Amino acid sequence: MPQGAGGQAVELLGHRCQSSGLGVGRWASTLAILEQHNGKLNTASLGAVTAGKKLGGPIHGFLAGTGSKSGGAAEEAAKVDGLEKVVAVENAAYDRGLAENWAPLLAETIKKGGYSHVIVGHSAFGKSVLPRVAALLDVQPISDVTAIESEDTFVRPIYAGNAILTVQSADKTKLLTVRQTAFAPAEVGSGTAAVEDGNDPNVPSATEWVSENLTKSDRPDLGSADRVVSGGRGLKSKEDFDRLIPPLADALGAAIGASRAAVDSGFADNSLQVGQTGKNVAPQLYLCAGISGAIQHLAGMKDSKVIAAINKDADAPIFQVADVGLVGDLFEKVPELTEKLKALK
Amino acid sequence: MWLLTRIQVKPRVKSDKTGVETSGVKHSMNPFDELSIEEATRLRERKLPVEDILAVSAGPAKAQDTIRIALAMGADRGLHIDVPESEALEPLTVAKLLKAIAEKEKSNLIFLGKQAIDDDAGQTGQILAGLLDWPQATQASKVDIDGENVTVTREVDGGVETVKAKLPIIITTDLRLNEPRYASLPNIMKAKKKKLEKKTLKDYGLEAFGRLKTVKVEEPPRRKGGGKVEDVDGMIGKFKELGVL
Repeated sequence: MPQGAGGQAVELLGHRCQSSGLGVGRWASTLAILEQHNGKLNTASLGAVTAGKKLGGPIHGFLAGTGSKSGGAAEEAAKVDGLEKVVAVENAAYDRGLAENWAPLLAETIKKGGYSHVIVGHSAFGKSVLPRVAALLDVQPISDVTAIESEDTFVRPIYAGNAILTVQSADKTKLLTVRQTAFAPAEVGSGTAAVEDGNDPNVPSATEWVSENLTKSDRPDLGSADRVVSGGRGLKSKEDFDRLIPPLADALGAAIGASRAAVDSGFADNSLQVGQTGKNVAPQLYLCAGISGAIQHLAGMKDSKVIAAINKDADAPIFQVADVGLVGDLFEKVPELTEKLKALK
Repeated sequence: MWLLTRIQVKPRVKSDKTGVETSGVKHSMNPFDELSIEEATRLRERKLPVEDILAVSAGPAKAQDTIRIALAMGADRGLHIDVPESEALEPLTVAKLLKAIAEKEKSNLIFLGKQAIDDDAGQTGQILAGLLDWPQATQASKVDIDGENVTVTREVDGGVETVKAKLPIIITTDLRLNEPRYASLPNIMKAKKKKLEKKTLKDYGLEAFGRLKTVKVEEPPRRKGGGKVEDVDGMIGKFKELGVL
């Protein structure tokens, strides 16, 4: 395969006639970076494929780490609708998603494949790795993309979602992280993409992974749940949070979220924070109690289909966005709601 | 050394859709950058051999106010890279600038905020680490330094992870890292005597360039809220009506 800038031109011309999609992507060829752990494909990362479909042109999936091939992650990815090819690199050095060795790996893959677009989810992994790849390719990446207008024009929120920026990129290769609530994961269907081994530059990472401490939960994942129940400072204590919020979440089959105030006060774990600097969620139902509705919090949940709020302050800003607002004491209303929802089942 | 960006409190989109109104709006230090300065100051207070803390900001003249606050919080000296308001700085440009400064100043520890709350890009630290080929630890909630060894706890999806590397390193700060101190009045007075150097991009062999062109900036679609219900039964009824139950 030809390499370098000239190689890219040849590669892109080759795709010129095959492209379809929205018709905007005559020249597009996309690398969708997928996440996997021990051979299990992280389906949330398939939003990158959905975003790639907006560009037209072929989409290749990319996987690395233990189990990429041996554990079946590549096989599963090969069935994803819309993927033409899956490139996999089986090497335990990539298991922890360290940017120091992932960046050279991706830079090499991108150069070799002559991709015009590289897409990864706006996850902790994507956010850490993609800008480092940009440094190696001399590209200005585009973060947290919520819509793709054309092959060079993208939409993203700025100022905590208080303004929506449409931006046009002059870079030869477009590096995008995409908001996962804006691009639903592509279906693992009946695709039959070819799986091939990628090139592995095997650059050692200067950072060593030591340990992790992940919150264990049987509840739906906050980022992708259909329903989210969220608590704020109004819960007053961790005991009250734990007493009132989980039963309500269980009654709805919902994930649990929290405002920054609740997290800072120690009521809930950091990883549950919804907002500008926490998670972005867009469930069917976002039900919150004891949250005033600061702009930083609204940034993380205002794309929810239905927002419901329980707050004793009738003037709380949350009521300006809530579709269903109930003014009242959450210590009475939340248990009552929980009981009545349980009775409906 | 820090990148200090400007923020504004109540963002308002300009009516001609070219951007967000910035004139006559209160600016202050990006909250994540306050964490950066606080952390460096604390490293010194923990008796680590911190030789020099340099606070850097690029932007128009008012960026100097931000640097003064950093000096009042504990930075030793400031560096202002004067860039006219009309020349938008993209993270890639800022990272190239910081690389040049880091090399010239022989810095070996660079703190940046995990993101600036105006452009919400969250890129500069990682790009800088890539340009310098240094290790990176993003979204740090705990930093331990023992000689050359740096151990950082990072906030990741679903919890935290701990990584270690050797100096030099780039660390980007997350909200849980510390609680920044207030710049006291005596310290603000003392900060006025600290050195604040002024340079331009050209001094580092750079010029402002833009890979991204703003097509438009719009107000987000407004939600029509305000639908209040009387009681819990009303709430459940509304859920059913809206098809979410």
